Amino acid sequence: MLDDVGRGTVSVFTYAGGAAELLADSVRFIAAFRVRLRETLDQAYLLGVQSWTIVLLTSLFTGMVFSLESAVQAVQYGVGNLVGGAVAFSSARELGPMLSAVVVAGRTGAAIAAELGSMVVTEQIEALEALGLSPVRMLVVPRLVALVIMLPLLTIFADIVSIVGGMWVAHLYAHISYESFISSARAVLPFGDVLKGLLKSVVFGVIIAIIGAYQGLTTRGGAAGVGKATTGAVVTSIILIFIFNFLLSYVLFGNS
Amino acid sequence: MAIWARLDDVCVRYGPKIVMQNLSLDIVEGAITCIIGLSGAGKSTILRLLNGLKTPDSGHVLVSGRDITTLRHLDLVELRRSIGFAFQFSALFDSLSIGENIALPLREHTKLRDGEIRTQVAHALESVGLAHTEDRYPSELSGGMVKRAGFARAVITNPEAVLYDEPTTGLDPIITHVLTDLIIHLRARLNGTAVVVSHDLESIYLMADYIAMLFEGAIVAYGTVDEIRRSPNPIVQQFLQGSEVGPIPI
Repeated sequence: MLDDVGRGTVSVFTYAGGAAELLADSVRFIAAFRVRLRETLDQAYLLGVQSWTIVLLTSLFTGMVFSLESAVQAVQYGVGNLVGGAVAFSSARELGPMLSAVVVAGRTGAAIAAELGSMVVTEQIEALEALGLSPVRMLVVPRLVALVIMLPLLTIFADIVSIVGGMWVAHLYAHISYESFISSARAVLPFGDVLKGLLKSVVFGVIIAIIGAYQGLTTRGGAAGVGKATTGAVVTSIILIFIFNFLLSYVLFGNS
Repeated sequence: MAIWARLDDVCVRYGPKIVMQNLSLDIVEGAITCIIGLSGAGKSTILRLLNGLKTPDSGHVLVSGRDITTLRHLDLVELRRSIGFAFQFSALFDSLSIGENIALPLREHTKLRDGEIRTQVAHALESVGLAHTEDRYPSELSGGMVKRAGFARAVITNPEAVLYDEPTTGLDPIITHVLTDLIIHLRARLNGTAVVVSHDLESIYLMADYIAMLFEGAIVAYGTVDEIRRSPNPIVQQFLQGSEVGPIPI
């Protein structure tokens, strides 16, 4: 029993240390401006731009359902003019960053782990090292930079889509006018909160890229190892996103 | 007889399994040294030790007179640029075309212009019999062609030594012969050293200047082709004859 606890603790710290070291290595390359621009743009397209439909659908329907649940009740209690604020507030602070991060973790984190894992088992990572090239610079940094740029952009998109979806549903089912919805949203949501939501998405981008890359680069075995790395990347990223979301909300919004 | 690399009293473990125990081996400069031995004996590990992809648990690995076990990371990276490595399954980057694969070391390590890189890539591909395949992808080539593209990438920077990991495994006899000739030709063209891990005795007899046999974590025989073929060591004889009877446990 104690042995199991000990082994589990060691493996958690080994994982955390390995991921932190990978992040530190990546930051060193970024700080030295040793970023491969073309590869980064390719990754921004693959990991970011190609995720827009899934972000659109999830944030649209979440904004709509949130509005549906709250608008009718709010009108019954005579506070229909607050619905816009509630939807905008929750979208910019929580739903936008979280939803974008979770769906991107599912799609992109898995893709990073699978691609890098396949490269490990086919000796391509070793080949890079044998050529005197750093896999961190060649593979991890472009994905990290791409996600750190693209996830906040996807989050802005998610914020807008969920608010628009919520506004439409509030108008349709609770007859709240668009003007009332928008003015409520503008009154309740400070611009600073939108920026704080985007700061969260930057952190989530780092988590998804680093965990995906770390899982991929530490893949052992053949196809089964790649599958395990892929699943591990998605599960670990999503858990960390939820944990960091709480911590960041506490730090950024704790007093407001 | 100058020595390009020396493994000195090297021990390597993978978990509890001891792969090499006090192994010592000299690699002669300007020669083709072939390493033979049973599957899983640690032959490929020798190649990884020679370019620093693997660090020994103890002992020293000297390459061109420098102990690479004590080199700083940047110096090790520099050293790797002077050693070509042709992997068993070629390890070409499947997201890049053949031309991009071979150009990668030049793009990353030199300041050559695009036109010069294209010329060198075309020349390298031509030298391995793959002219005009720059735009094709590894998945579009046959096994033998992928191996040759791997050779081209390994030698594109004119390294002082090239390490070949099972270059002919799984290929038909004609392609095996072509690749064997290619290894001899590339060694002569680079005027460098080659270390080849292989099971293919016919190829080895054709190309080897020296043969080292690895068994149970140590070099049990070393010499020229004739010396190895005439070796009185029963382990060597059993291996060369492919016999089930002898000191090698099946």
